[in-house]
Amino acid sequence: MSAVATQPDWLTALRDAGRARFGEAGLPTQRQEIWKYTGLNKLKALTFEPSADIAGTAPAIEPLIDAAHRLTFVNGRFDAARSRIGALPGNAILASLAEILRDRPNLLEGRMGVTAAIDRRPMAALNTAWIEDGLVLIVPRGVAVEGVIEAVFVNTGEAPVAHPRLLVALGDMAEVVLVERHLGGGGGGFTNQVAEIALGDGASFRHYVHHAEPTISTALETVTVTVGRDASYRSFGLAAGGGLVRREIEVVLRQPGGFAQVDGAYLVDGERHADTTVLIDHQADHCASRQTHKGVIDDDGRAVYQGKILVRPHAQKTDGYQLSQTLLLSGGAEADVKPELEIHADDVKCSHGATVGRLDADALFFLRARGIPEAEARALLIQGFIGGALDEIDRPDVREAFGAAASNWLTAHSESTA
Amino acid sequence: MLEINDLHVSVDGREILKGLTLAIPAGEVHAIMWPNGSGKSTLSYVLSGREGYDVTGGSVTFNGKDLLTLAPEERAAAGVFLAFQYPVEIPGVPNATFLRTAVNAIRRSRGEKDLDAIQFMRAVKEKSKKLGITDEMMKRAVNVGFSGGEKKRNEILQMAMLEPAFAILDETDSGLDIDALRVVADGVNALRDPGRSMLVITHYQRLLEYIVPDRIHVLAHGLIRRSGGPELAHELEKTGYAEFADGKAA
Repeated sequence: MSAVATQPDWLTALRDAGRARFGEAGLPTQRQEIWKYTGLNKLKALTFEPSADIAGTAPAIEPLIDAAHRLTFVNGRFDAARSRIGALPGNAILASLAEILRDRPNLLEGRMGVTAAIDRRPMAALNTAWIEDGLVLIVPRGVAVEGVIEAVFVNTGEAPVAHPRLLVALGDMAEVVLVERHLGGGGGGFTNQVAEIALGDGASFRHYVHHAEPTISTALETVTVTVGRDASYRSFGLAAGGGLVRREIEVVLRQPGGFAQVDGAYLVDGERHADTTVLIDHQADHCASRQTHKGVIDDDGRAVYQGKILVRPHAQKTDGYQLSQTLLLSGGAEADVKPELEIHADDVKCSHGATVGRLDADALFFLRARGIPEAEARALLIQGFIGGALDEIDRPDVREAFGAAASNWLTAHSESTA
Repeated sequence: MLEINDLHVSVDGREILKGLTLAIPAGEVHAIMWPNGSGKSTLSYVLSGREGYDVTGGSVTFNGKDLLTLAPEERAAAGVFLAFQYPVEIPGVPNATFLRTAVNAIRRSRGEKDLDAIQFMRAVKEKSKKLGITDEMMKRAVNVGFSGGEKKRNEILQMAMLEPAFAILDETDSGLDIDALRVVADGVNALRDPGRSMLVITHYQRLLEYIVPDRIHVLAHGLIRRSGGPELAHELEKTGYAEFADGKAA
């Protein structure tokens, strides 16, 4: 029984709609406000057809964290041999999308393609056209999945193309922690991922994403989250790799009492480009959102942060906060920072701050006067700066793992420039 | 130990030190009283190697070495320590991490092995306790949220851990109430040693009651105008600095 033969009508329709929409829209251009600072010209030559199979073997992967469950994807396709899914409580489902589409496709009907909004997102439309594999996580009401679920994405072969699709649906009061690691591969490649996340009332989802691809890789992420009543979405993105990494995150606070925390750090050197584009859509009253983003840019690197807090007319008592701080370490480094508040309710508390600056000369002198050599002193200051964002991670094991990953990047970077 | 000879220093084209000469032998504590407001930190920054201070003439030798050619971290490795008038806040860097990094940098420069986290905590424990620095303050970011007194005590803890041969205390008394001043002075006095020299820079005679110097120098208009023993502080307390106001040597 082949996958094609059993493909349900809704999925065929969804893929067709994605294909049609991307055919119409094409790649986003910098004339579109949301893509103003990030160009995709280098993707123009691609056919976007996903790489057919797992070509060759990906390198062994060192664990970043002590995960209870680990799923490995090679060129966007689930690699069962290198995955380990342990026992899950209360009929929770954690599996590859390909497996679910093969065995129980109707489980996804009405869940997939709901929030990705392909009409206004060409890259999500492209991903939708190629829905084949990825991760499915469905947790019933009241079920807490203990430990960390880790999803590792690696590439093999020359310039593979992948369109991984993640679907996360948490029932009321369910709890999950997901860590994504995007490691790419020596042959680079283009990854265009979409994650659709729906959180029921009182649910809690912690979502941590680490990009550590080689410089020749391009990775685009579209994350759409809907948050139920009193539910919370907490996330952190560490962009420490890839030639071009863009994380586009939209969180919709649909019901009163919802909470969204979208934080991140980007470490950019060489000619790399990191883009973080966030929209927090406050649709209901008494919701809160928090954003802390810190970036370090060296050489001719470029980082983009666009963050918008949208408060709709009925979203009274909204509490929104947004901070973006960028450290430029070289004359060629560039930061494009666009914090935005759009408020249509009259009883709200929203604040934002954005700074772009250089290393504090007083602090650098202080450390050197205590005997710390200049390169080490700079690394310590940069680490402290980034630490201010990492401290927002409220899970100690993830905070430690991401802290170590950031620290390793900074050490390697300071050695390469010393 | 430290010999400053005919030192001329300019900041932004303005001459602040106009031929300062001063020798501090090993084991002695000297105080510089500096009545007028401007450029008081110039000497401490020149000695510790901060950028932006142009030495236009003269020399500074430290244990026979030309100090002025060394980078700040090399001076620290050679044994020079500056207790800052305004200790710098470093968000995100825990006090313990900073201090261990500094201690290990100095140890490395001496060819000694690094202290690991446990060895370091053991070494720091007694010294921090004497200065009233809690474990919680060691975990907090360097000087962030510290009171004025806590910052100054933190400076003295750094001095105690780094064990410099020569320490400059730049207005360590500023902003301290009498209780805080006593704690800081006790910390400094505990570090007095035949092998260690200190230079205390202050505007107020009060500090010198707690840290009694071997010699006092009055610096005005870029030159040392008068030198004497500890009794000079009392004399100045009575007569004030009026006699130095015209810029002429007494």
